[in-house]
Amino acid sequence: MKQPLLVFNNKGIYCQQAGVYIDAWKPVDKCIITHGHADHSRWGHKHYITHTKNVPIIKHRLGEISVTGKEWNETFIINGVKFSLHPAGHIMASSQVRVEYKGEIWVFTGDFKTEGDGLAEVYEPVKCHTFITECTFGLPAFKWTPQAEVFSDINNWWATNKEEGRTSILFGYSLGKAQRLLKHLDTSIGKIYTHGAVENMTEVVRENYNLPETTLITRDTTKDEIKGNIVVAPPSAHGSTWIRKMVPYVTASASGWMTFRGARRRRAIDKGFVLSDHADWEGLLAAIKATGCEKVIATHGYTDIFSRYLREELGYDARTEKTQYEEESSETATATSVEEKIEKKD
Amino acid sequence: MKDFAQLIKKLDSTNKTNEKVAALTSYFQQANDEDKLWTIAILSHRRPKRPVNTTLLRLWATEISGIPLWLFEESYHIVGDLAETIALILPTSKKHSDKSLSKFVAEIIELRTLPEEEKKQYLHENWLALNYFERFVFNKILTGSFRIGVSQKLMTRALSKATDIDEDVLAYKLMGNWTPETTTFQKLILEHNAEDYLSKPYPFYLAYAVEDNFQEDLGPISEWSFEHKWDGIRSQVIIRNDEVFVWSRGEELVTDKYPEFQRFLSEIPNGTVIDGEILPFVDGEIGNFNALQTRIGRKNLSKALLQKTPVILNAYDLLEWNGNDIRQKPFSERRKILDQLIQDCNCSEIGLYLSETMSFKTWEAAAEERKLSREKRSEGLMLKRKDSPYLVGRKKGDWWKWKTDPFTIDAVLTYAMRGHGRRANLYTDYTFALWDDGELVTFAKAYSGLTDAEFKQVDNWIKRNTLERFGPVRSVTPRHVFEIAFEGIAESSRHKSGIATRFPRILRWRKDKPIEEANTLDDLKALIPK
Repeated sequence: MKQPLLVFNNKGIYCQQAGVYIDAWKPVDKCIITHGHADHSRWGHKHYITHTKNVPIIKHRLGEISVTGKEWNETFIINGVKFSLHPAGHIMASSQVRVEYKGEIWVFTGDFKTEGDGLAEVYEPVKCHTFITECTFGLPAFKWTPQAEVFSDINNWWATNKEEGRTSILFGYSLGKAQRLLKHLDTSIGKIYTHGAVENMTEVVRENYNLPETTLITRDTTKDEIKGNIVVAPPSAHGSTWIRKMVPYVTASASGWMTFRGARRRRAIDKGFVLSDHADWEGLLAAIKATGCEKVIATHGYTDIFSRYLREELGYDARTEKTQYEEESSETATATSVEEKIEKKD
Repeated sequence: MKDFAQLIKKLDSTNKTNEKVAALTSYFQQANDEDKLWTIAILSHRRPKRPVNTTLLRLWATEISGIPLWLFEESYHIVGDLAETIALILPTSKKHSDKSLSKFVAEIIELRTLPEEEKKQYLHENWLALNYFERFVFNKILTGSFRIGVSQKLMTRALSKATDIDEDVLAYKLMGNWTPETTTFQKLILEHNAEDYLSKPYPFYLAYAVEDNFQEDLGPISEWSFEHKWDGIRSQVIIRNDEVFVWSRGEELVTDKYPEFQRFLSEIPNGTVIDGEILPFVDGEIGNFNALQTRIGRKNLSKALLQKTPVILNAYDLLEWNGNDIRQKPFSERRKILDQLIQDCNCSEIGLYLSETMSFKTWEAAAEERKLSREKRSEGLMLKRKDSPYLVGRKKGDWWKWKTDPFTIDAVLTYAMRGHGRRANLYTDYTFALWDDGELVTFAKAYSGLTDAEFKQVDNWIKRNTLERFGPVRSVTPRHVFEIAFEGIAESSRHKSGIATRFPRILRWRKDKPIEEANTLDDLKALIPK
């Protein structure tokens, strides 16, 4: 029987013909990395291949590593297999990986979203035969509101808090969500302050992305200075002693999980904005359709439910594969573990 | 509806009591009387009757959304709330509706009587005329309890601020079985109307559990009166105008369930309200709570059942005497009148008994009495300050409950289900099992007792150690032992294990214990009082 072009083994997603892994979760010799979040770009590979703009990001997280940067649509051939990276729109410099061998094309999305967010390179549909897709939000309950409306809500929230003499604290993980928030905050309302983890990562990406000015909160920052302004912090800062300096404050979280009332209440956060870096239900379905694929492999997220829908309702040859990307757990929980790792390193 | 939905959204998005009260107060100051009355009704669990069953709601919502029913069910398991799931999966609305809350409720009431086709059409039109949150609120009114972290106490406080009427007076006005269809805001809240009060109970005074080292904080023990905390149904029996009314603590009028108390009319004068505990009473002895439970659920009380499980009222307190509200008198004085009343009447004939008060010289002596609780079929002791008035609701200071230590047993986690509300999408509802002949036999379910962090940890473990899935339920590898506490235990033919426990909850996670060291079913059976 013919070996599939990509297989899922105990180390990651593997292309045997090329001897290359994609987003491996155990140390391997050669690994293509879709994006900089910790569950996709892990420690210990001998050589990393990723988008050039992702190079400083993973170097910041992983230290001195052996890494090659590639441009969008730049084909690189390994043992006859053609690889190329295409924007996934998830966060800055996040890629889908296109793999082609003897006319057969597979695409692995990594994480992706279809709506342009004004910062990450916009998702590009890539024609393929087999589409390996995430489905973190693969339920019809998830429907995103256009980002312009969400940011208008966020800025109104900030302005109201300011009028009431309170500081706004906005939680979003330090790589990706934090910069997306920064980018669209209305700085005519006030100043943007940052937590150390956010500030460090933002400094790293400023090299390639244009972002508004931020001020790091240090030991010397006074309470009065911060008052009424907005603070962008990683979710792990919630409930920490660091936050006491901001009293009186109001907290908000921006995540796709904020769709659920339960998730909002569980985190004891004052306000939840539904803003995700993953595709929603319609986004996932539209992306699959645009690839023109026949086979779909659903990885992390509501995989069983999503692939059943694809099979039974839409007639795709769809199945699931287990990966070690954060499965079924919430984005916020993922964020916490990611942040913890980053903070340890810092 | 817009204002009401906005209010619910505000209440739902904060966990600060002050902000909730402020939002409610400002709503009560602005809304019209009909909307105010319905808001009070809804927040005190007086919803209109469900006009459409949930099976049809699901079916119609999926039809409009164009998704298969199984996908709706899967989504529902994950979202954890039916009203919320429907609101989420419906297509985004393009229209909007300016109908008021009371108009919507009136339509929902009328909807019950309409043929199915018209119900469907009504829902279709209205779902698509509301935004996401309004839809959620609309669905909540249609389907179920409105649990949004607003207690009746909190609502009453806001209403008091908005109307300048004393909180306790309002609490009293809001008691009983009124609905917005039978009264008006003016009549219920603003006017004083004697006939409305005929069947009205007083708000119950509830005690908090004692805190650690409470003995030091309570002052001289001579100031305290002790009683057993009887294990039955806390109730008020009202005798007014030659009628008897029986109210349970859940503000339910249960007169018909206890025909025994009609006999009070022959011995107790009009204008009397007694606070007490309904207890099963067989052969001159207080029976087990489980015996009472077989009566609670029945629609029709057969003669045989009444004979098998007769009940009495064990009186704690007297709230009204000679038609006067005496709640402000000291407890000792109220009890004096009550004791006299019971002494003077043919009390055992009519099934009225006295919950005996006790005084102790030392806390050690009180503790000795508390040890006898199980034997006497009580749940522990009540501590009441002798000069305390009868307050409204749960208050600290004058009354305390000092319950017996719960039964405990070490059991193995075998099944898990996703929780609801703030635990939606987390596996927090667990089933526990005990050893029986080398096999694990399910004996109890428990949902509470772990911290949020522990729940998160267990949830994570469950997702990685699932053996089988049955809809929302998963069986898991037997690996973890938990200490389970419960209040009561009795034999039961309805349970696989043959044992029913009352109020089981998780006491702690025994990470130190391998599953082999969990208890056996025989260990559990040994706890049943002889």
